[in-house]
Amino acid sequence: MADTYTIISPENLVYKKTDLLLDNVMHYCPGCSHGTVHKLIAEVIDEMGIQESTIGIAPVGCSVLAYNYIDIDWQEAAHGRAPALATAVKRLMPDKIVFSYQGDGDLAAIGTAETIHACNRGENIVMVFINNGIYGMTGGQMAPTTLPGMPASTCPTGRDVKRDGNPLKITELLAQLPGTCFVTRHSVHTPGNVRKTKKALRKAFENQLANKGTSLVEVVSTCSSGWKMTPVQSNKWMEENMLPYYPLGDIKDE
Amino acid sequence: MRELKLMKGNEAIAQAAIRCGADGYFGYPITPQSEIMETLMAEAPWDTTGMVVLQAESEIASINMVYGGAGCGKKVMTSSSSPGISLMQEGLTYLAGSELPCVVVNVVRGGPGLGTIQPAQSDYFQAVKGGGHGDYKLITLAPASVQEMADFVEIAFDLAFKYRNPAMILSDGVIGQMMEKVELAEQKPRWTMEYIEKNHTWATTGKKKGQERRVITSVQLESSVQEEFNFKLQAKYREIEKNEVLYEKIMCDDAEYLFVAYGSSARICQKAIEIARSKGIKAGMLRPITLYPFPIQQLQELAKQVKGMLSVEMSAGQMVEDVRLAVNGKVPVEHYGRFGGTIHSPNEVVEALEQKLIGG
Ligand SMILES: Cc1ncc(C[n+]2csc(CCOP(=O)(O)OP(=O)(O)O)c2C)c(N)n1
Ligand code: SF4
Ligand SMILES: [Mg+2]
Repeated sequence: MADTYTIISPENLVYKKTDLLLDNVMHYCPGCSHGTVHKLIAEVIDEMGIQESTIGIAPVGCSVLAYNYIDIDWQEAAHGRAPALATAVKRLMPDKIVFSYQGDGDLAAIGTAETIHACNRGENIVMVFINNGIYGMTGGQMAPTTLPGMPASTCPTGRDVKRDGNPLKITELLAQLPGTCFVTRHSVHTPGNVRKTKKALRKAFENQLANKGTSLVEVVSTCSSGWKMTPVQSNKWMEENMLPYYPLGDIKDE
Repeated sequence: MRELKLMKGNEAIAQAAIRCGADGYFGYPITPQSEIMETLMAEAPWDTTGMVVLQAESEIASINMVYGGAGCGKKVMTSSSSPGISLMQEGLTYLAGSELPCVVVNVVRGGPGLGTIQPAQSDYFQAVKGGGHGDYKLITLAPASVQEMADFVEIAFDLAFKYRNPAMILSDGVIGQMMEKVELAEQKPRWTMEYIEKNHTWATTGKKKGQERRVITSVQLESSVQEEFNFKLQAKYREIEKNEVLYEKIMCDDAEYLFVAYGSSARICQKAIEIARSKGIKAGMLRPITLYPFPIQQLQELAKQVKGMLSVEMSAGQMVEDVRLAVNGKVPVEHYGRFGGTIHSPNEVVEALEQKLIGG
């Protein structure tokens, strides 16, 4: 029988981590979707050969340090302002590829104006939207996307829609704007869904190369720490509760 | 041949921005400075120099667009008036914290709140003390004429890039709206990408093969690293204070009383000096051109000579605190100024000098 060292040889290689995903120790919690989405973005940039021209805009949120993990140039924005930065970077350097990476608090609460107006102007950028229904970074407070009845540290008995309003389906709202060309919702909780998310990200970046306008890829995500669940429970809870409210699939594809 | 034109201060800012090779302007309308973006849009520099001009959805968006552009090593700017500048404070501290250069113009109007669209100088503290959170400073230039509105755009960009720090042109509704003759500089080309990549080795222009990735950020989770960064910032501010003080002395040689005034108040004090001298009062003026860094040493020198100083500002008394700190009790320092959009007359200034410092 061949020993492990002879099996691990270039001819037998079936999967290799992209070099764009850096070896820094990730700060994300076990079971967090952020890390998976980072890997997909790194792979798409690598496969499209656009590392030298891509500039990422990181948010304030758990992914504030995204620049530690993907080997491209980055700017770190103030909370909610990534679309404004992305607008200027793209307009001043139209031959570069620009994407923002934002959480739900960042994109759909404090940064709602910047989000809507960047999409409405049809800025030729990609927006990656990590919707975990909670403020992960600050310790699990209610987000604009927290589900009705879902507990969070600032609504310990669950979101009361009479008091707190309804969860904001901002992705559906953004799909109404003529400036967006591709608006789609995915998840990364099963291998099949991971593959679909990667395809959507690839398409979003290709849209930018084709000057088509704003592409928004929402990823319905888990936050095991904020939800106070194990990674396995989180996946199950997301499937049973988040996905019926935030159904997966393309909302707009022009 | 010298080309002289008659225009408003706000228009001069716009013309100077195009001519100095600015790459981008991002702004949101507010009186009394809307002519800046209106002039830029009418000039359509995207067809000539390639400059980007964009009306943003708010001042929060404009200053963050400026952040994005500055992070790419581009010459970018915004302008607004007091309420809009208040909205930009978060962005400004992020720019300072990420060591990014940019130019911000504040054509000050009376406050607080929505206040009045009439001129004021009541944003002095906000401009020179930082304005947003954290230990940082804005390099602050105070034009006193339409010509200086034009000239200071390039000076502000030069200082901003020299020190990788935001620079503010602190003007007011008088200087922004009044028309004077102005000589505009020759058109300079915008920086090429090659120039930016060679000279701004911190800018995010895309990670080239074999090059370290570049990150524009102001977050330091480790407090010891944050403290070290703050020491570095402070050292930079000490350099600025040592090298970049600009001021003008008017009739100071034999002066017994000194007006300290900037911007439109300095113009008013020029007339006040004439009136005072016709009455036999030997008045002079120190006009700070940079409000940060402040001409501390020059005031200390003058404190050895004069009997008193009057800080004349269209505010309830803001710069007067810095004048007092500078002279440290050597001579009496008083404040005079109308505010809330009202402008003092030269006669009122002379009367204040007589009442507050000369006595009798
Ligand atoms: C102006 C401002 N307000 C509040 C905060 C505090 N803050 C940091 S991250 C965050 C929420 C992040 O939630 P989200 O965008 O959903 O990202 P996640 O951590 O869940 O990925 C808040 C409120 C801040 N940094 N800046
Ligand atoms: S707190 Fe939530 S979003 Fe943040 S790293 Fe942990 S699991 Fe991910
Ligand atoms: Mg979140």
